[in-house]
Amino acid sequence: MVAASAPAAVDVLAARLRAELGDAAVVTEEAARRTYECDGLAHFRAVPALVVLPESAEQVQTVVRACRDEGVAWVARGSGTGLSGGALPLVDGVLIVTSRMRRIVQIDLSNGRAILEPGVVNLAVSRAVSDDGWFYAPDPSSQLVCSIGGNVAENSGGAHCVKYGFTVHHVTGLEICTSDGELVWLGAGQAAEAPGFDLVGVFVGSEGTLGIATKVAVRLLRQPEAVTTLLAAFGTVADAGAATSAVIAAGLTPAAAEIMDALAIEAAEQAVACSYPAGAGAVLIVELDGPAVEVAAEEATVRKLCDGAGAFEIRVAADSAERAEIWKGRKSAFAAVGRISPNYIVQDGVIPRTALAEVLAEIDALAAASGIRVANVFHAGDGNLHPLVLYDATVPGEYETAQRVSGAILDLCVARGGSITGEHGVGVDKADKLPRMFSGDDLETMQLVRCAFDPTGLANPGKVFPTPRLCGEPPRPRAAGDLASQSRQQAGVLAW
Amino acid sequence: MVTVVAPTSATEAAEVMRAAVSDELTVLPRGAGTKAHWGGTQSNVDIVLDTRRMHGVTAHEPGDLVATVRAGTPLRDVQAVLGLAGQRLALEAGFTEATVGGVLAAGEAGPLRLRHGSGRDLLIGVEFVRADGVVARSGGRVVKNVAGYDMGRLLCGSYGTLAVITSATFRLHPLPPARTWVSRPVGTLDEMADLVGEVMSARVSPSSVEIDLRGTSGTLAALIEGSRAGVDARAETATRQLGGGAVIGDEPAWWGRYPFAPDDVAVKLAAPVGPLGSVLGALRAAAGPGVAVRGSAGTGVLYAALPGSTSAEHLHSTLAALRSALAEAGGSCVVLAAPPSIRDEIDLWGPVPGLALMRRIKDQFDPARRLASGRFVGGI
Ligand SMILES: Cc1cc2nc3c(=O)[nH]c(=O)nc-3n(C[C@H](O)[C@H](O)[C@H](O)COP(=O)(O)OP(=O)(O)OC[C@H]3O[C@@H](n4cnc5c(N)ncnc54)[C@H](O)[C@@H]3O)c2cc1C
Repeated sequence: MVAASAPAAVDVLAARLRAELGDAAVVTEEAARRTYECDGLAHFRAVPALVVLPESAEQVQTVVRACRDEGVAWVARGSGTGLSGGALPLVDGVLIVTSRMRRIVQIDLSNGRAILEPGVVNLAVSRAVSDDGWFYAPDPSSQLVCSIGGNVAENSGGAHCVKYGFTVHHVTGLEICTSDGELVWLGAGQAAEAPGFDLVGVFVGSEGTLGIATKVAVRLLRQPEAVTTLLAAFGTVADAGAATSAVIAAGLTPAAAEIMDALAIEAAEQAVACSYPAGAGAVLIVELDGPAVEVAAEEATVRKLCDGAGAFEIRVAADSAERAEIWKGRKSAFAAVGRISPNYIVQDGVIPRTALAEVLAEIDALAAASGIRVANVFHAGDGNLHPLVLYDATVPGEYETAQRVSGAILDLCVARGGSITGEHGVGVDKADKLPRMFSGDDLETMQLVRCAFDPTGLANPGKVFPTPRLCGEPPRPRAAGDLASQSRQQAGVLAW
Repeated sequence: MVTVVAPTSATEAAEVMRAAVSDELTVLPRGAGTKAHWGGTQSNVDIVLDTRRMHGVTAHEPGDLVATVRAGTPLRDVQAVLGLAGQRLALEAGFTEATVGGVLAAGEAGPLRLRHGSGRDLLIGVEFVRADGVVARSGGRVVKNVAGYDMGRLLCGSYGTLAVITSATFRLHPLPPARTWVSRPVGTLDEMADLVGEVMSARVSPSSVEIDLRGTSGTLAALIEGSRAGVDARAETATRQLGGGAVIGDEPAWWGRYPFAPDDVAVKLAAPVGPLGSVLGALRAAAGPGVAVRGSAGTGVLYAALPGSTSAEHLHSTLAALRSALAEAGGSCVVLAAPPSIRDEIDLWGPVPGLALMRRIKDQFDPARRLASGRFVGGI
């Protein structure tokens, strides 16, 4: 149906790209296109008019140029694990998939850098250098599948970002294809910085709206000498939160600090039998890493603080197998919730960490009042909550209630001065919620950057911003008038 | 004639910018002016927007390790406030008086950049006034936040050419209970490069690795931070790894200071760490054996001082040789400052990746070229 009504421009494009890239790179058959209709946020679906699978930066450029010539919009897609609908296709647009761009172009350990094609899977980077004692720090839970290009677009985090930072802290350079079909290198790549504006810094986290990353230069780190993973079981989430606060107040920077509540634990037990302490109202996982002498002392401190906060059992992983055992429950938590509920919404809000106990109590109250269950899994170290709002789509009205609860949770985050998204991005899902955090002027300013990179608006249109800005228009004129002299007086003019 | 205006708030700063718009005047944002001589010559300045009356730490949440600071606050004052709570902003300025806004806008970062990155890595929220007098913000008050574009990163290192930063919110770090330095003399550039690789081991895990060289010899020093017992043990390890007369001691006198005097030609290099030795060899060959180099060998960001009496031709050929060595290695260098007599005759910035996009950004933000025009790359 979509194919029949597809605009002629797409047919022209398909023919041109078949000629230039070969048949294998161009997907027109509807069933095949349909496999790309959504990303990890399956609630939003759209079958793309055309799917293209380029094999190199130059092939990406060929596709983008063709789109530019035909005036057809496009969406980049990595592995499609995004949770905000960022890679949601356009029914009249092209989906550019990077899954055939999986080469690790260069690894230079003397300088701690790697250059990657965007389709490289996150975990493949650490795997490629682990035998030499190095690793790539950003580790989203989806790291077995998600792509570096997607990580760049979302500025993805992971359990260890409380200490190591997010993707943006580890990307030193990018080759991008802009929507006018230019391949441009941004940033330093091998060095720590390059002259000029930090374009890498704005591109990372721009969710595919400023162009496609065709190569990514990343920083690699030496593996820490020692790693210790503790699991502490508490009666309540509030106690686990208090333990985290005590750890931070003691001046420690754990490599990770993750909390799961009773419902999340129940789901993980059913899914992966992680055998967390029975009867726990919450578990706190703390990982410490660094020089062995420091880690040993920190472990003792964390134990003491967890005891003080009421932990009824503390386990410490003796080796990497036991560490994996502790992490198994946490890493599988999102998927595991599928065992206790037919459907669920993964929320991603941020609060100041010190507001944890209050906000979790408010979430509980919301859940109780609406009759909807909410399982909590979160990055306690940095206040990034992932409430999982459970519902049954076959029960009339339940999805709507779940949506309401999910939205109300974000309101709680914003009210505390937090954020509507800590790592999953705005995408289509939260574009309408961005004005809760930013004024019209703030959003207009961001779109000045958009207009510089993508004046024609062909790169992932309709994502992130609630209202697109026409790039031709100059910034809104402001009446100034006699403000001039008046403001000088008010502002305290010093003659020079 | 230049008028100096010192607004006390973002609202007032916005009024200044709107006045500049209506009177068609150009504006140079300035903090303490410690880097007023950095960057290209701004063709014509009507108004200096002095940020120093926008002063103070407006919020500090020790439990969240977050603080908001007004742009005109000297970084030193910020550290004093945070220090009371046993915390710090892991950002250092090369000049004592430097303000937060100036440090961010000039992209300055000291020895701690090895562990903590530079200002853009610590900035989690920013408020600024655009060239058209609109006040805008991005980011927020929480350390983790991917809502909207990160405008703070764009403003870091922008030399005041896009907007006037009025307030900044930072992620903080706990002050380490103990710090110590392990220093060792180095005789050749190759030796220096090898030792840098050694001391960055996971067992030592230094917060900074700095060098201070004149010609090919000088000192390499690593800062080790952590618990008292841990630091002592790690410093012992570092001493063994470095060998050759390495000693444990206090902060070296040159630590975190630029090697250049106000009248010198000040050069900043960003080189890959692997080929650092050969890059510095090229610098020495071109600039002469007496060239002073200091900075973060651990990240490859180094500063070099050439005498202010250097002729434009000599500087030109030195830069050409250095840039060709850097290009091969994958690095770059910029001239931060040079005496007015030669500043306009040399290419301060060298090749700039993405310059066309940067021009487009300037066109969007400041089409009338009102802010710090000419000060930045490509005449932006
Ligand atoms: C089970 C599960 C766990 C997860 N855990 C985490 C987590 O711990 N932390 C976290 O941060 N996220 C997590 N995520 C979210 C998701 O995995 C990340 O956002 C990831 O970075 C997306 O990568 P992807 O390759 O799947 O991108 P996609 O979903 O394909 O695309 C995401 C966005 O990136 C854009 N894009 C893709 N490639 C490029 C490119 N080359 N250039 C420009 N734009 C591009 C797309 O247009 C889209 O806007 C999780 C998701 C799942 C399903």
